Amino acid sequence: MSAPSIPLPLKAAPDISDWIRFGPGRTVEVLTGRVELGQGNLTALAQMAADELGLAPNDVVITSGNTERTPNEGYTAGSMSVSIGGMALRFAASAARVLVLREASLKLNADYLSLSVRDGDILEGGRPTDLDLRDVATGLNFAVPVIDYAALLVPERRTLSSQPLPRRDLPNRIFGTPFIHDFAPEGMVHGRILHPPVQGAMLRSLDLKTLAARPGIIDVFRDGSVVGILAGSFSVVTAAVDWAANRAEWAVPDLPQAASLRELLAGAASAETVILEKGKIPEEDGNAVEVTASRAYLSHGSIGPSAAMAVWRDGRLKIWSHSQGVFQLRNAVARVLGLDIEAISIEHASGAGCYGHNGADDAAFDAALLARRVPGKPVKVIWSRLDEFRVAPLGPGMLTTARAVVDETGALQSASICVTSAPHGNRPDTAGVPNLVTATRLAEPVPFQRSNDVPLPQGGADRNAIPYYRVPNLHVGKKLVHDLPYRTSSLRALGAHLNIFAIEMLMEKIAAETGQDPVTLRLRHLDDPRAAKVIETVMAEGEALRRDMEPGAEGWGLGFGRYKNTGAYAAVLARIRVEETVTVSHIHAAVDSGEIVNPDGALNQIEGGILQAVSWTLKEEVKLAGPLVATETWLDYPILRFSEVPQVAVTLIDRPEDPPLGCAEAMAGPVAAAIGSALFQALGIQICDLPLTRERIMAAALA
Amino acid sequence: MADQQSTEGITVTLNGGQTTISGHDTLPLLHVLREVLGLKGTRFGCGQGTCGACTVIVEGKAVTSCDLPLEAVRGKRIETVECLAAGGATHPLAEAVLACQAAQCGYCLPGILMAAKALLDREPDAPDARIREALDDNLCRCGAHLRILRAVRLAGEVMTAATDR
Ligand code: FES
Ligand code: FES
Repeated sequence: MSAPSIPLPLKAAPDISDWIRFGPGRTVEVLTGRVELGQGNLTALAQMAADELGLAPNDVVITSGNTERTPNEGYTAGSMSVSIGGMALRFAASAARVLVLREASLKLNADYLSLSVRDGDILEGGRPTDLDLRDVATGLNFAVPVIDYAALLVPERRTLSSQPLPRRDLPNRIFGTPFIHDFAPEGMVHGRILHPPVQGAMLRSLDLKTLAARPGIIDVFRDGSVVGILAGSFSVVTAAVDWAANRAEWAVPDLPQAASLRELLAGAASAETVILEKGKIPEEDGNAVEVTASRAYLSHGSIGPSAAMAVWRDGRLKIWSHSQGVFQLRNAVARVLGLDIEAISIEHASGAGCYGHNGADDAAFDAALLARRVPGKPVKVIWSRLDEFRVAPLGPGMLTTARAVVDETGALQSASICVTSAPHGNRPDTAGVPNLVTATRLAEPVPFQRSNDVPLPQGGADRNAIPYYRVPNLHVGKKLVHDLPYRTSSLRALGAHLNIFAIEMLMEKIAAETGQDPVTLRLRHLDDPRAAKVIETVMAEGEALRRDMEPGAEGWGLGFGRYKNTGAYAAVLARIRVEETVTVSHIHAAVDSGEIVNPDGALNQIEGGILQAVSWTLKEEVKLAGPLVATETWLDYPILRFSEVPQVAVTLIDRPEDPPLGCAEAMAGPVAAAIGSALFQALGIQICDLPLTRERIMAAALA
Repeated sequence: MADQQSTEGITVTLNGGQTTISGHDTLPLLHVLREVLGLKGTRFGCGQGTCGACTVIVEGKAVTSCDLPLEAVRGKRIETVECLAAGGATHPLAEAVLACQAAQCGYCLPGILMAAKALLDREPDAPDARIREALDDNLCRCGAHLRILRAVRLAGEVMTAATDR
């Protein structure tokens, strides 16, 4: 096994007591800066900690994302909860176990190496002693560095990891009322900020007097172009915002309607930044193969809108938010309101599904601003569906060109990839910029700034723009689009969705033009045996999916990608049927995400990632009209429905010896690519503009 | 509040019990449930009848409650997600959904379970295609569909076995 490196979070929170606390009555609290976003990561994290401690999973409680109590682990994003946050916990928990067993060896006068823990009982040579880990722990000092004591269990000694434990939070999420939307403490009032129809629009006029006179209104205020409304009930505040939205006049920036997304993005692109230059790209590449792929702007589209609650008491601000990063949100709010961060505390609370930087942080700031008007009273904000589509950040529209020259043996000689995209990195507190939408319209505005995207190795627009295939000469560049009025930030997989799609479409096209088998072509350009393994696995296990195609109407295709080129490996087969629309009938995926902590949790994540990617690829497109996000309701933004869900099979390749890699986002690119490849096989034409809607299929078929 | 008031209130049968609500005749049923009666299992998703998060059962039929004024259900029989776990007895759907771990964020589930219950109450042995059709107006953004379909089928089997007995 490769020795696990010291997880980064231990730098900021070095002590055992930063992560593990033993309390009275044998309680054990596990602290994590990661938050539960509906993906089940807290179940996996508790599982990892309990395993190292030798406790049953239900013997630990887990506290997450709380600026007062937990370590600051940055954002819960990028499928890194388990791979980084979990490893930190594993280190800390193992260190706690070591400290306790040292103490126990003194108490028992026993050889330290003969001691182990099972369900809290300390065993000597496998036989019970009368000591319990938690009793011995009381009184020990855990304010000592994790790395001085950490000693991870070898994989064979782990008993919980790799178990499909049920999600601890699920019953309450389905049958209970854990969501911020459900909060109703004594004295709570409802608030909303009126958001403009277009990003950057300034308020010209609104009749605040009539607005304030509506029955049930507690307070109305204006600060610059921000109008806030407080009321005694959700329905009253909702009706008041609708009333105001219909009457407010805004100064809207001008933007002519572009003929197509390609034209829109290309027309606004800045100069190319070189990401990677290797070898030499031929100047004359007359026989090059080229693919240009595009993707529409996407909406996060959580089923529950963004929500938050805030209260001011004695000059201190407390916020409940489903933000992905409560510490970063705190910095951003402090900066805008001119407060000391010590005066703000933020606690993570449940929201609906989160797939990246959505409106959670904005709603939290809205709540803080509204709550300042009514000190002592908690104010709850629930955004409208319209705000979700129009005000929350979008997943950027993108354009990726991939061009390659192959030699006479059909091998890749050179490739150049260029990504054109709005920035994917505009999270709160990125480079000190608050990035809170309402703050940009205050009388003393704190504007958005030009974002530098997300730099590699994570990558934003350029995530997975570097092909994982061997190519001796390579040029990769990106052109950021800064001057369009649509607000963008990180949505699941970031640039990997389109970049993997583009590179895979290029491989398909090369295969077709050079008479090679597309699967063999991929394999011959992969040096990494784990990459080859997922492809071979999915080809073998998905054999049935590839049988009995109706020519001209059905097709199958492969898509492969290693997420971020450092994360999970995924190979996906899709079988599709083309009539007027494309239907995906079957998906088979093989995934290697290193060690699998909770196989059922991983499967759940992978299935979800697959279905969301099918939805993006076939259906999703935010409509734009000049400067306006014209998508207003779910009717304008169809997503995958139950009747359209394919049959899905997943083969997990477990590698208990290898670090866990996270899997939630690894599916997006390979799924899109598999569908695109299948369509190519079925129709004999490549369609590279996503989504693959009926209009595009018809247009391509007729062309 | 701009609601029209009725003097004697509106009486409905809610999860088997009679309830009278006064002063909220035109308020959408969803808000009556959540804000007035404190039954918050039914979720707010869009308020526009387009996502299904707020689905409840009225007289055996699955309907969205966010666009249904209270006065439209006067005297009717209403079931909400709370009926699946009422008084300690868990409904097969509630058991199946946990057995199959059929959710990610869970936000869409109460509505989906109500749409499923309306179907299974009529047709416990409904085949996959019928289940998909019955759930087609309910959105799930996390992509938990496969597990949800499995759970509804499982619950249907349990309910079929129970009626056969
Ligand atoms: S909340 Fe009623 S359909 Fe969306
Ligand atoms: S489980 Fe999150 S929306 Fe369905």
